[in-house]
Amino acid sequence: MTAEEAVAGAVGQGGAVLRIEDLHVSFPTEDGRVRAVRGLSLELRPGEALGIVGESGSGKSVASLAVMGLLPRGAQVSGSARVAGREVLHLGDEELSRVRGERIAMVFQDPLTSLNPVYTVGRQIAEAVRAHRAVGEREALARAVELLAAVGIPRPEERVRSYPHELSGGMRQRVVIAIAMANEPDVIIADEPTTALDVTVQAQVLEALEAARRRTGAALVLITHDLGVVAGHVDRVAVMYAGRLVEQGPVEEVFERPRMPYTLGLLGSQPRLDEGRSVRLAPIAGAPPTLLAPPPGCPFAPRCPMAEARCTEEEPPLRATGDGHLAACHFAERLEGRTPQEVFVRSGEPGARHGAAPSPAPAPSAAPLLRAEGLVKHFPVRSKGVVRRRIGDVHAVCGVSLELREHETLALVGESGCGKSTTARLLLRLLVPDAGRVEFEGADIAALPRAELRRLRQDMQIVFQDPFASLDPRMTVAEIVAEPLRIHGLYRERGGAADVERLLRTVGLGPEHAARYPHEFSGGQRQRIGIARALALRPRTLILDEPVSALDVSIQAGVINLLEDLQEEFGLAYLFVSHDLSVVRHIADRVAVMYLGKVVETGAADRVFAAAAHPYTQTLVSAIPLPDPRKERRRQRILVRGDVPSPSAPPSGCRFRTRCPKFAAELSERERARCVEEEPPLEARVPGHLTACHYAQERALV
Amino acid sequence: MSERITGAGGADGTGGAAPAPRGQLRTIAARFARHRPAVASLAVLAALALFAFAGPLLWQWDHTVSPDIPSSAEPSGAHPLGTTSAGNDVLGQLMRGVQQTLKVAFTVTVLATVLGSVWGAVAGYFRGWVDAVMMRLVDVLLIVPLLVVVAAVGGNVRGGTTWYGVALVIAAFSWTPISRVVRGVVLSLREQEFVEAARAAGASHARIILRHLLPNAAGPIIVAATLLIAVAILVEAAMSFLGFGIQAPDVSLGLMVQNAKTAAFTRPWLFYPPGLTIVLIALVINFIGDGLRDALDPRQAMVRG
Repeated sequence: MTAEEAVAGAVGQGGAVLRIEDLHVSFPTEDGRVRAVRGLSLELRPGEALGIVGESGSGKSVASLAVMGLLPRGAQVSGSARVAGREVLHLGDEELSRVRGERIAMVFQDPLTSLNPVYTVGRQIAEAVRAHRAVGEREALARAVELLAAVGIPRPEERVRSYPHELSGGMRQRVVIAIAMANEPDVIIADEPTTALDVTVQAQVLEALEAARRRTGAALVLITHDLGVVAGHVDRVAVMYAGRLVEQGPVEEVFERPRMPYTLGLLGSQPRLDEGRSVRLAPIAGAPPTLLAPPPGCPFAPRCPMAEARCTEEEPPLRATGDGHLAACHFAERLEGRTPQEVFVRSGEPGARHGAAPSPAPAPSAAPLLRAEGLVKHFPVRSKGVVRRRIGDVHAVCGVSLELREHETLALVGESGCGKSTTARLLLRLLVPDAGRVEFEGADIAALPRAELRRLRQDMQIVFQDPFASLDPRMTVAEIVAEPLRIHGLYRERGGAADVERLLRTVGLGPEHAARYPHEFSGGQRQRIGIARALALRPRTLILDEPVSALDVSIQAGVINLLEDLQEEFGLAYLFVSHDLSVVRHIADRVAVMYLGKVVETGAADRVFAAAAHPYTQTLVSAIPLPDPRKERRRQRILVRGDVPSPSAPPSGCRFRTRCPKFAAELSERERARCVEEEPPLEARVPGHLTACHYAQERALV
Repeated sequence: MSERITGAGGADGTGGAAPAPRGQLRTIAARFARHRPAVASLAVLAALALFAFAGPLLWQWDHTVSPDIPSSAEPSGAHPLGTTSAGNDVLGQLMRGVQQTLKVAFTVTVLATVLGSVWGAVAGYFRGWVDAVMMRLVDVLLIVPLLVVVAAVGGNVRGGTTWYGVALVIAAFSWTPISRVVRGVVLSLREQEFVEAARAAGASHARIILRHLLPNAAGPIIVAATLLIAVAILVEAAMSFLGFGIQAPDVSLGLMVQNAKTAAFTRPWLFYPPGLTIVLIALVINFIGDGLRDALDPRQAMVRG
């Protein structure tokens, strides 16, 4: 059976709204032809939701752009893509415009750039309506209001007159969805629609997409790198790797019985909210192949632990391995009943964390290594012009207290703008707090003279989020790693180049990497270089500022494992700043949840995740998608309304009350008054578990 | 444990066989060598320098008037580039002129680039009132026409008519554009995380500016510096013409062009040799600047036409 027949057989003979056959896309570049999509075939039935999963560079976005006719001029496209029976590849501009919007619509990743900033959102929706229908302006605007209401935007009559910049990211994305559904298309393609958004907002946008689908009956193609998002929102899932479809099938099938090692590896790399610290992630070795000259044979073979000689010689076709389940692997049957840990963790290594138990909880009596008390940081907002008066303040951090003990990981969690990164920089004194103290081993950092502060930097180092911006592009790796040593005059004393080599080895790089420049490395390797630099001074504390959020899942797992190993080996204390609760669940001993510059809940990670007491923590936990379709669909979801208020004018009383589901639904008028007037203090409910809510109530949500 | 992790990050599309560690200078030289116009330009510049500094030792005539030289002779075997009406050998003048011009241009460029880069980097790095004070000074210097100041100052400085006097005066007033360019670049660079990383490691301000900010601003600095060479040559020529620069009997390329400006059609041998040499120097310097900029940037693609 050929791949095409297999697909047709799997899908059945029903009329497909979108049928892609043997799609090839390549881009000529200076270095040669980049073959971004190689022979993609798939079908989408009416009303169906299909998820396309893949890491960066897998060709998933390029394929959707090809279908929309939105590829840049130089792209070479061959094959066929039919929307409701009509070929759309190689259509002229005018005909294509008729198909786009009317039959097929697209939602892009960045809601800021996909709306025109000089028109009101109402006008933009109306424009989309009128492009395909002969209706009057008034009628079109009425339809705009109706559509905004459908995607869950409050007060749509007022919002139609807003300009894009007056709306938050989540609102804008919902406007884009409203535009996409304006003409009741047959297919909506959503390309990473929630990647740029916070988790609570992501939940809202996914909800809006669902609503759009229910209303228009359109089929949905949801393109994403996030397995959790796919698990809860699609019927079928297709996995792409190196420009090819490598697995496809019903979502439960693929998640529970993956038949392609890559899919299994992705599942094993993904930290899960419903798994504790005892499970070690199973990263996929290596990095995706370059698409310039894909090697013969299976593109995944170089990274595949099951690869045999045949895999490097012969590219496996996509073949049926079960009911509606296709996989491109010669040995798909061998994956029967095996876990990612078994397949991807090499022999000789324990599948679970060393000693099974999470690192020993430090005795409560142990004096904290790092202690912050009542940290406050406001950034001035200045007027434009010559005088630049101070016209307000961004209240980035408002009275944060933390303790970090030796050999412990404290995670600082929150959505963008909650002040978690600012707090990390205050602890390092990269920023000077407006009020509050930071103590390292009992010594007040603020009072330290310059020379002492430099000494202290040896004990406390930082790893940054962006592995591309945090390494000086003009320095070689050896120079970058050696720099902290040279600054402190320790380079010779510690052994010079040999010490640099040792550091590189510690983070899993080789001495041959030392003479190269950062741009020659992949994201994961760069992050390792950043970690080597942070370790150069043999610090006792590492501040990790979103260290894995810029990395692909399979790479991320390797870095997380490295961080865990380093903690074991050197007894490091980590302050782990992250917005990703799944990662935090995996790595943290204790958690502090921040909202608008304040810690709203803190305690042992196991406890906070299992029995979150603050409504904000509860919404966060319930918004994190699980990469498990059955669990994900059964889960209780707490949706918050609206977006995070501006930190320059935080609400009175409890800062979360404007979005609090409890405030909105459960509390009486009298109880609410207390939330508005009185700021809830951070109080212990159980020893070690503190919550800042007047009406805290524990709930199990995972 | 390193065994296992090597697998996770080691094998990778970017890699291939690891090159033997090379010195940074050699890497830069190798990259520069790939830029053919730059290499050719470097050869031309070397030839010009040889011509200007070694030529006078070999050629029998220098730039001064000699009673043995016929007046206003066309190019001939005895005087390949002809002679002036006063009785100078044009080839001898050209050698001396290129020599003076190169000395002035390079001195100006080095001084002004160093001063301008450091000034701009300090202002951009510290921001606030330091920036305000430093850049207002730059603004003041910028609004005064360069030529007027240079002429006024040049005439009143002792030694103002020797080449180094001229160079110092031009440099003192021509570094401002570079400082503005560098400040702009540094303002954005200082927000990058690698600068924060250096601060977190305990680096001093001087180290951050010299080791991180200026190298990363090398591209714009080199472009500005090559432009400055051309400016320096022209300003020197103009000063000489106004009587505040290098003065007869000494000679510079600018002065030669100015002297011959009425003779471009009647006695072209007086006008074209110095004129074309100025163009050639400016062109060659620009190509070298291009090559340097690319060679110093490790992100540049290694393949070039």
